[in-house]
Amino acid sequence: MKHKKFTPWLFLLPAIIFIGVFVYTPIIQNFYYSFFRMNSYSQKSIFLGLENYIDIFTDDVFYTAIVNNVWYAVISLIFQVGLGLVVAIIVESKFLGKKSKVFFRTIYFLPSVIAISAVGLAFYFVYNPSLGLLNSIIEIFVDGNYEFAWLGNPKTAIFAVIAMSQWQWTGYVAMLLIVAIQRIPHELYESAEIDGASFFQRAIHITIPLIREMILVTSVITVIGSFKLFAEVFVTTRGGPYGTSHVLGTYMYETAFFHDKMGYAAAIAVIIFVITFILSILQIRLGSRSD
Amino acid sequence: MSSINTDSGYNIKKTIILIILSIYVLIILTPMLLVLISSLKSNSEFFSSPLSFPKKLQFKNYLTAWQTGLSQYFINSIIVTSISVFLTVFIAASASYGLTRFDFKGKNIIFYLILAGLLLSPQVALLPLFKLLNNLNIYNTYWALIFPYIGFNLPFLVFLMRAYFMSFPKEIEESAYLDGCNTFTVFFKIVLPISKPIIATSIIVSSRLIWNEFLFGLVFIDDKGLMTIPVGLTNFQSALQTDYSSLMAGIVIAAIPMVIIFLLLQRHFVRGLTAGGVKG
Repeated sequence: MKHKKFTPWLFLLPAIIFIGVFVYTPIIQNFYYSFFRMNSYSQKSIFLGLENYIDIFTDDVFYTAIVNNVWYAVISLIFQVGLGLVVAIIVESKFLGKKSKVFFRTIYFLPSVIAISAVGLAFYFVYNPSLGLLNSIIEIFVDGNYEFAWLGNPKTAIFAVIAMSQWQWTGYVAMLLIVAIQRIPHELYESAEIDGASFFQRAIHITIPLIREMILVTSVITVIGSFKLFAEVFVTTRGGPYGTSHVLGTYMYETAFFHDKMGYAAAIAVIIFVITFILSILQIRLGSRSD
Repeated sequence: MSSINTDSGYNIKKTIILIILSIYVLIILTPMLLVLISSLKSNSEFFSSPLSFPKKLQFKNYLTAWQTGLSQYFINSIIVTSISVFLTVFIAASASYGLTRFDFKGKNIIFYLILAGLLLSPQVALLPLFKLLNNLNIYNTYWALIFPYIGFNLPFLVFLMRAYFMSFPKEIEESAYLDGCNTFTVFFKIVLPISKPIIATSIIVSSRLIWNEFLFGLVFIDDKGLMTIPVGLTNFQSALQTDYSSLMAGIVIAAIPMVIIFLLLQRHFVRGLTAGGVKG
C-alpha cells in the first residue's frame, strides 16, 4: 500500500503535542527554574546560578526529607518485595485450590486500587491516640489507657506513614510476582517433586531463580515509588511534627507554595528527577532482559 | 500411593499456610471494615465506643457526606476521569497505529521519545506546569487536570497498545485496502474494533491512576467546586469539623467505584500489570 508521506504523522501528532507540551517542556523548564530566585505568582526572577543547590546541601530539612525517602525505600524493599515474595510463593503453592488462590490474591491486591488520600484519612484514625484502632489493640496487652500519638511524635511519624504504605502496596507487589511465577512451566516442579524436593527447596532452587528478574524489577519500581512519595505524607502529617516527616515531594510542595520559593523548590525537583531517572533506566534495562 | 504419614504432613503444612494467609487477610480487611462500620455509626458512638458495632445503622451519614460537597467532588472526578481516559486511549491508539503500520524516517526516535516519558516523574514537572496552566488561562479549570493527565498517561498506554498492534496480522487490513478503504477508515472500522481487549485494559489502567491522582488535583485546582474526590476528601475534614462518621462515609464513597471496577474486571488489572508495573 502506498500512503502519503504525512499520513503517519497525522496519527502521531496528538501524542507528540501532548507529551511535548505537558511532559517534556515543563521538565526541561524545571531545570532552568532551579537557577533562579522566583515566586509563584509574579514573573520577576533573579539569576542565582548554583546558589539554590548550594543552599539545599546545607538545608537540614532537605536531609531529613531525603533520609525519610531512603527509610521508605529500605522498609518497602523488606516488606513489599521480601514479604510480597513469600506471600506470592505461598499463594501459588500446590496447597491451595484455584478458588482460594483467587480469593487471597483479590483481597491482597484490594488496598492498591483505593485512592491514597482515602487510605491516608482512614489511617489517620487508625493512629488516633485516644480513638484509634492501633492503640486499642495495644491496650489489650498493656494495663490501662494507652494513648501514644503515632503521627504526632517526631520519632514515629514517618514510620507510621511508611507502615501504612506497606499495608497498601505489599499485595500489589505480590501480584506482580505471582504473575511471574505463573509463567514457570509446571514440568519443572513435577520433576523436582519426583526427586523428593521439599516445599522450601522448590522455592529456593526453582521459583526464586526463575523469577529473579521480576524480583529485581519490582525492587527498582519500589525504590522509584519511594522517591515519588507525596500524598501519603501530605494527607497524614503534612511533614510534621516540626518537619520531621517531610519527604522530598512534600518539602518541594511546601517551599513552592507556602514559602513561595519556586526556584528553590525547582532545585529540589531536579534532585527528585536525577534519582528517579537513574533508577528508571535501571528498571528498563532489567525489564528488557527478562523478556 | 501416599502413606498416612505424608498425608498428615501435607495437612499440617496446608493448615499453617492457611493460617498465615488468613492473618494477612485480617490485617488487610480490619482497617477497611473499621471505616465501613464507623461510617454507619452515630457520631457520639464514634467517640464513646470507637470499635464496637453500631446500635442502629446510620445511613444518613452517607447523605450528610454527599450533601456536604462530596457529590460535587464525585461529579468533578467523573468528568475529569472520563474525558482524560477517553482522549488518552484514543490518542494512544492513534499513535500506536502510526508506529506499527507505517514505515517512515524518524519512527524509532519518536517511539523512544514517547517511551522515555515513562521515566519522567510528574513531581518534576509540577512547578513549570503550574505556571504554564496559568499562562494558558486554564489554571483552576477541568482542563488544568485533563491535559497533564493525558500527557503523563500516554507513554504507558502507547507502550501497551503498540505491543498489541504488532501482534495481530495485517492481512485483514490489507483486504480492506483492496476494497478501497483509506487509512482512516481502516483505523476506525477495523483496527479499533479488533483492539477491544487492549482498549478495555487501557481504560481500566488509566482510570485507576487518574481517579486516584492527588498531586496535580491539589495544585492545579483552587476552587472547591472543581476539586476531584481525592483532594476534596482532605478538604472535607474541615467542612465536616468533628462529624467523623460522615467523614468515614466520605472515604467509603471515594473508594467504592475503583473497588467495584476491580472486583468485576480483575483480569484487566492483572493484564495491565504484566505489561510493566507502574505504581501510584
